[in-house]
Parts: sequence; structure tokens; C-alpha cells
Amino acid sequence: MAIPIAYNLRNLVVRRTTTLMTALGIALTVAVLLAVLALVSGLRTAFRSSADPLHILVMRVGGTSELNSVITNDVYQSLKVKPGIAVSPSGEPLASLEVVQVINLPSVDSPTGMNVTLRGLTTMGVGMRHLRLVSGRWFAPGQREVVVGKSTANRYPGARMGERIRFGKGLWTVVGVMDGGHSALNSEIWGDLGQVASDYNRQDGLSSVLVQAQDKASVPALMQTLDDDQRLNVKAITEQEYYDRQTISGAPLQALGIFVSIIMAVGSSFAAMNTMYAAVARRATEIGTLRVLGFSRASILFSFFLESLLLSVLGGLLGCVLALPLNNVETGIGNFMTFSEIAFNFQVTVPIMVAGVTFALLMGAFGGLLPARMAAKKEILTALRET
Amino acid sequence: MFRYLSLIVKSGLRNRRRSSLTILSIAVSLCLLGVLMAMYRALFLSDQPSPAQALRMIVHHKVSLTVPLISAYEAKIRQIPGVKAVSAYQWFGGVYKDPKNFFARLAVEPDEFFKLKSELQMPEEQRQAFLHLRTGCIAGVTLAQKYGWKVGDRITIVGDIFPFNAELTLVGVYNDPEDTDTLYMNQEYIRQAMQNTTRADQIGAFWVQADNAAAVPEISKAIDDEFANSPYPTKTESEKAFALSFISFLGNLRLFLAAICGAVTFTILLVSANTISMSVRERVREVGILKTLGFTTGNILSIIVGEAIFIAGAGGALGSLLAAFLVGGVKKMPMTAGFFRDLAFTSDVAAAAMGVALFIGLVSSLLPAWGASRTSILESLKYTG
Repeated sequence: MAIPIAYNLRNLVVRRTTTLMTALGIALTVAVLLAVLALVSGLRTAFRSSADPLHILVMRVGGTSELNSVITNDVYQSLKVKPGIAVSPSGEPLASLEVVQVINLPSVDSPTGMNVTLRGLTTMGVGMRHLRLVSGRWFAPGQREVVVGKSTANRYPGARMGERIRFGKGLWTVVGVMDGGHSALNSEIWGDLGQVASDYNRQDGLSSVLVQAQDKASVPALMQTLDDDQRLNVKAITEQEYYDRQTISGAPLQALGIFVSIIMAVGSSFAAMNTMYAAVARRATEIGTLRVLGFSRASILFSFFLESLLLSVLGGLLGCVLALPLNNVETGIGNFMTFSEIAFNFQVTVPIMVAGVTFALLMGAFGGLLPARMAAKKEILTALRET
Repeated sequence: MFRYLSLIVKSGLRNRRRSSLTILSIAVSLCLLGVLMAMYRALFLSDQPSPAQALRMIVHHKVSLTVPLISAYEAKIRQIPGVKAVSAYQWFGGVYKDPKNFFARLAVEPDEFFKLKSELQMPEEQRQAFLHLRTGCIAGVTLAQKYGWKVGDRITIVGDIFPFNAELTLVGVYNDPEDTDTLYMNQEYIRQAMQNTTRADQIGAFWVQADNAAAVPEISKAIDDEFANSPYPTKTESEKAFALSFISFLGNLRLFLAAICGAVTFTILLVSANTISMSVRERVREVGILKTLGFTTGNILSIIVGEAIFIAGAGGALGSLLAAFLVGGVKKMPMTAGFFRDLAFTSDVAAAAMGVALFIGLVSSLLPAWGASRTSILESLKYTG
């Protein structure tokens, strides 16, 4: 017969200081893990939601990011008539020629300046992204006007609505703020293709072409057609894959965070073990009594193991509480593929919290097994005699 | 307190399992703290640059490293007083076999490069070969070892920033106390490959050497002033500062490391306080007996605190030892190598780790010890645990 769970709960309450201290140790470990997972999850969401399944990004062969790709207008002209490209209501193929540059602006975190992606594109390119304006209006073709992503507006005081930014060959006015949901586009600044290209002397060498396929089924064929044309010398990848590759930017922080939480977990398990050994030692008489009452060794083992798990679950939940304030906090890290900053929000999601509690349970299991075994192995007579 | 050293050690050894678990727990956490502090030190408090490095500066476009300068700047920089050597510093980028094979590939002017990197060690005939072969390249020992390159091997880097593939021949393998992970190629190769395009006279950045370290800030300013009103304004940074600007790219690493260090320290404090109070609670009767024998409140306080410091100190020492090993391991990891070139478990980091350990021993035991030492004899003898 199993010992009622209430017995363990009451024991934890009676030794509340010890319980809380041990649980807090576990909680901090869990909180560190959660913070790291929330960071990576936020980053992944930012990149995931940037991609449209119908979109194909065309860059020069060998170009790993838009920043180091060069596409000429001639290539664009012969590329946009390929079969499989969707057509706008006005009959134009949905293929947007774009130029990507990096500019340096002082941010809230780094007054010496952080890099921001500047994208020059046409009205068609804007339309293909289906973004919403939070305030203001879109830039007018041929004007020195830009629209900034909402994260850019938040993080760079010099790039708020109505401000003037100096880059390229002069001043540009911020005329609108766009909302790209959680996507990486929030961290960009957009301006007119012709204006941006001429400011950077790139009229003959632009960056990339964003193409929309007619439907999902035509995506692979269209990519094949583009890759196969030797004269174009381009490489097509899905927008999805392009952004997935950039998630690697979070890898150094992720590696560091996981390394830290595993080591902390080892330390916390030892602490849990200590607490459980003390619990077993203090309750020797109780254990003896339970055995006299007819509870088997197995149920004693199970009961103490369960108590350790309960202790760690408490710690895991506390850890979730500690990590929750991080949810939705905005931060930015450098993106090594675009050489600019990507802003994203920490996401403390339910699966992440479940992972955190599971992690705590592992600590509890590791810390509780040996003490529980010791409790189960006690002989009735010696246990009763211990003080 | 030292009078009671043997008593302290004895009581520390009494519950060996608990003491060793506590020591292990503190050791593991302190080992982590040690590694993190070593990282923090390497990144933000790193000691002085080497004498050769202190002379070097990087001149790049004010906006970003990705915006090029023009090669005509080289002659102008050379004329600035105090400048001893100037070389192109061109990031070639590209892909070697697989995008995962990431290492720095830089194009330089070999003659000026050898002046700039005076600390570089390489056989004379290899130096001559690099000076004279346009398609030659040299690699650091670590890099050459990693890919199994030998002098004479052909290395092809598929271009991305540059629209051509660099077909290089390895003509030398160098050793350098600071960096053995870089491949250097000849800037002349790029220039000729880009001939007749607008990019032929573009250069990513310049590597400048000053004749003495004290003049570096002055020269930096002179260079930036020279080009302030040109279409290509520059930013000149010491080589050290230039390397650091890449780290700021990893996000707010300073805050991240500090927050984790805080969490770890607090966790150790909890663990240690918990154990001490457990052991004090077990010993209330004993305290009564000691008092009967004539030990004063102060004696008892110092015995309990002494035991805590003894345990925490043991944990700290073990942790520092582990950390020293771990730091060696982290340094070898390919992903972090570039950023943690200066990573080392130095004596000041070890001292800081020990300091934290002893501090934690003291703080975590004060409260339980204070409580126990003030319990009256009668009350403590009555105590049954």
C-alpha cells in the first residue's frame, strides 16, 4: 500500500524554511534555463514569422545573405518573366528588385551605434509583404523618405516618426512606422529603391529579388527554373530557409546558457540530495513506525522519492514565476548574416515552462533517489532506536 | 578562532556525507562562477594588449565595416606623422567547401603586413614566397592543423562578397602568440580580379601601425579628421577596440553574464545557508554542553562560523580547480575561440572566486550561529531536535 501523498506535503510544510531554500535554489536554475529558452524561442519566432511560404529569395550564386549578393537590373528583367511567378491584379509579375545596405545608428542599448538594415524597394515590394502601418504613411517614390519598423522606432531614438536620419548622401525623413508582427522586418528601415541605390552608387548592382510563386505547388519548379538558367547565375532559396539559417545568430548565447544551466543543475541536485538526506535522518523514528504499521520498503522508497519530486516541482514552478516577467521584454542581438541588429521579444511559452518543470523534476529525481533508498533500507529496530 | 581549528575540522568531518555534498555543491557552482568571471574578464576587463598589438589600429568606414573605403586613402594615411606602416585590411569572406567552415580570410599587402605583425613567426623562405606570389596565402598553425593543410596545398575559396573564386596556394604556416586561426591572402590578387570594375579601387579597411603606442589616440584622430568631410568618412579604432566592437554584436553580453553570475552566487548562498542551518539545528544540545564546559557565546559563534568558512573554502578551492580545467576546454571550443582569445583562469579570477566562497561561508552561517550561540544552556539541553 502506498503512503498517502498528504504525508509528504505536510512534511514539506513543517520544514518550510529548508523546503523553501532548496526549492529556491532549484527555481533559480530553472529560471536561467527558461530565460535562455525564451530568448531562442523569441528569436526563432522573429525569423519564422518573417517568411511567407510562397516567397522565394533570389541572390547571386555564392551569396549567403542579401548583404553580400549583387543582382543587376538586366538579370532582374530576364528573371521576372519566368513561368510560375504570380501576377498582380494589374498584370505585373510579383518580383521585387531590392537593395540592402547597413547603416549605423545610436540605439538605447548602445549609444556608440548599432547596425540597422536599410532596404530600398518599390511599391510592389512593399505590397508583397502585407505589412500594416502603425502611423504615418508609406514613402513616396523618388523622395528622400523612409518608413521604419516598430522595433527600430522603439530602439533608436533618432529614427522615430518625424525625425530626420543622416545616411548615404544626406538627410532622410521618417514618414511612417510599420508593424511586421513579430518578424525581422520590424528591425529594418525601408526607402525608395531608386533613391537608396543612387545614394550608395548601386544603380548597376542591387542586392536581391523577392519573387512570389503562383501557389505552393509551383515553388520547387520555379526555384529549379531560376537555378538552371546559367545566364542568370543566381541561386533561389525559399524565404523560410533564408530566415531559418539566420537563427544561428542566437547560437553562442544559447550554448552559453545551456552550459550554465546544466552546471547549475548539478549543483542544485547536490543541494536537494543534502536536504533529502537530512529529512531521512530526522525522520528515522517515523520510518520505523511506518514499517511497523505495515508499509513495505518499496512504499517508503516511493514516498521519499515522491517527496523529492514534489520539492523540485515547487522549485520548477517558482522558477517559472521568476522567469515570467521576462515575457515580451524586447531586446536585440547582432545578426551575423546581415551584419545588423535584430530585435525580438523574449517568449516564455507554455512548452518552455513545461520544459523548465521537467528539468526541475530531473534534479529532484537525481537528488532524491539515493536518500530514498537509504530510508527504505533502514532496519525497523535500528530505525526506531535512532534519535 | 584558530585555537579551535581542530574542533572546527572535527565537526566539519562529523557528518561526512553532508559536508561532502555541500562542498561538491558549492564547488560546482563556484566552478561555474569562476568560468563566467574568467569570460567576463577576457571580454571586458582584459589586460593590456601585447606591445605589438598596442601599436596597431584599424581604419574603417564610419558607418560600418561593410561599407568600403577607397584605396587612394592608403597614401594619405601614410603621410600622417607617426604612421609607420599601412596595409589593406580586406575581409574576403567566401566559403571554403562548406559554409560551416568559418574562419577569418583577410587580404593584406604582404610587405607592410610583415611590418605590422612583427610578432609573427614564420621561416624566411615562406615569407619570401608570400611576398612574391600573387595567389599565395598563409595560414595560422591551428587553422592548418584543423584542415590538414600543408605548404604547397591548393585552397579554393568560393567568393560571395567578391564575384570570383580565389584559387590560392598555401605558401606558409605561421605561429603567433595571439592568433593562429586566420588565413591571409594577397590584396593584389583581389585588385587584379576586380580590374575594370567600380570595385577595383575599393578597400574594406586599412591596418595601420604607429611608431609608438602613446601616439595611437593622436594618430587615430588625425586620420579621422583628414577624411571627416570626404564622401568616405572614417572611424579609426585600436585593434583591441575593433575586436571588442564585434562582441557587442552578441547582444548585451555584459548584462547577460552579470545576471547569471548573480543568480549563481545567490544559489550558492541558499545552498550553503540551508546546510549550515540544518547542521546547527542538529547540534543545539551540543552547544548546551559546550557552554556548560565554559565556552562563551563568542567562542561558539566563531566555531560555527569557522566551520562554515572551512566548508565553503574547501568548495571554493575545488571549484577553482575545476574551473581552471574547464576554462582550458572552453578555450578550445571552435565556436568561441575567436571571442575568447584572452580567456584564462588567472590568479585574480581565482582570488575573486575564493573571496566569494569565503564571503558566502561567513554570511550564510552568521544567522544560524547567532541563534545557536544565544540559546540558553537549559533550553538547549532540553532541545530534542
